[in-house]
Amino acid sequence: MSGYAGDVAALARKDLRLELRSRETLPAMVLFVVAMLVVAHFALPEQASDDAAFGLLWVALVFTAVLGLTRAWVPERSAGALDGLVLATTDLSAIWLGKAIASLAFLLAAAAVAVPAFSILFAPIDAYAIGGIVLASIGISAVGALASAMAAATRGREILLPLILLPLSIPLIAGGVGSGVSPEPGRYLAFLGLYDVVFALLSWAAFEYVVTE
Amino acid sequence: MSSRSLLVPLAWLTVGLFAVATTLVFFVAPVDADQGLSQKIFYIHVPIALTTYGCFGLAAWKGFRLLMTRDERFDLESYTAVHQGTIFGALTLITGSIWAKASWGRWWTWGSDQLVLFLVLFLFYCAYFMVRYSIGEGAQRERISAVYAIFGVAMIPVSFMAIRLASDFIHPTVFKRSGPDMETSMFVAFCVSWLGIGLLAYLMYRVEIHGKRVDRRLRELRESVA
Repeated sequence: MSGYAGDVAALARKDLRLELRSRETLPAMVLFVVAMLVVAHFALPEQASDDAAFGLLWVALVFTAVLGLTRAWVPERSAGALDGLVLATTDLSAIWLGKAIASLAFLLAAAAVAVPAFSILFAPIDAYAIGGIVLASIGISAVGALASAMAAATRGREILLPLILLPLSIPLIAGGVGSGVSPEPGRYLAFLGLYDVVFALLSWAAFEYVVTE
Repeated sequence: MSSRSLLVPLAWLTVGLFAVATTLVFFVAPVDADQGLSQKIFYIHVPIALTTYGCFGLAAWKGFRLLMTRDERFDLESYTAVHQGTIFGALTLITGSIWAKASWGRWWTWGSDQLVLFLVLFLFYCAYFMVRYSIGEGAQRERISAVYAIFGVAMIPVSFMAIRLASDFIHPTVFKRSGPDMETSMFVAFCVSWLGIGLLAYLMYRVEIHGKRVDRRLRELRESVA
């Protein structure tokens, strides 16, 4: 593998290996999402429906994504590694794609814990809802890899990421909740797919302008 | 400075259009059979909302130009358009709330897709200023601001679709503003009002840009003197 795909694979592998060795992000995300489910139990009144609980699962997933993405560019920011990457990579969007793939892997791993936990604690989840979670994870990783690069360039760093990312993820929540509670989930899944395509293309095209100085 | 000398007649034109629009709205256009006098806010609220979209569209276009040409002039123009868009967006939310209170009896309703879309957009563009001012002045700030402005415009249709879809399961019955078709005099009043508010936005945009440029020149002069 060489060229663009090789760059992307190397960058994603680097992130995953870094996480395997340091175990800084993923355990925090998993613990956080489970803790959020427990919070959801206490936040919901006794007679609340399973649909309401499902909505809170989505809040938990989005917040978990924000938590993970906050740390996304920390390795690159330390010791000016990002400048080196920018110089070394032929196409800058490969850096974004590598980061998006690594973030997606973390998010899906956290969701792989959250979904069974939700089924046990609240109500079972069907295949459409899982499809919604996968599609929304793709979207939020694509946008989040760009948004966290933006936030990393600011002085506030961690503070700004949720401010950028939450409004951007509102369509994902609408589509994701719809795929789980609506009687016709196909439309919502199609919408999530559309969001993924539109915002992945935009982020892919915009990334080089965000990192170069 | 030809652009500056243009501002004064433009301002008078705006004042004139507002006077004509007010006359048309209150004395020519008939009172709405269904909503009564409160419907008059339609002539203010809807033009302001459309102007907001126009400002955000302009900001994205200037941002796109910045990314293509790397001309820093577009950064100021894009920023100013977002600034005006946010001001008009706030006005849209306020006038929309007043109208909602008058015709639906409550300040806010999640049942109206337009209201929700505006709130989402407004939140997104408010964060624009936080992002912009926490990056040091320079090429990176210009480019990140431009990317942000472009993302905002991409969000408009996507969010609108999401809100439309979501209202199916959050609100089984969607509010419909079904009234009689507009009469010609109503439509004319609406168009004049829209033109006036659009011109006001453009005027404020030009004044702000002009002010910022004067500011910058003054700073440069001061630095060269010191």
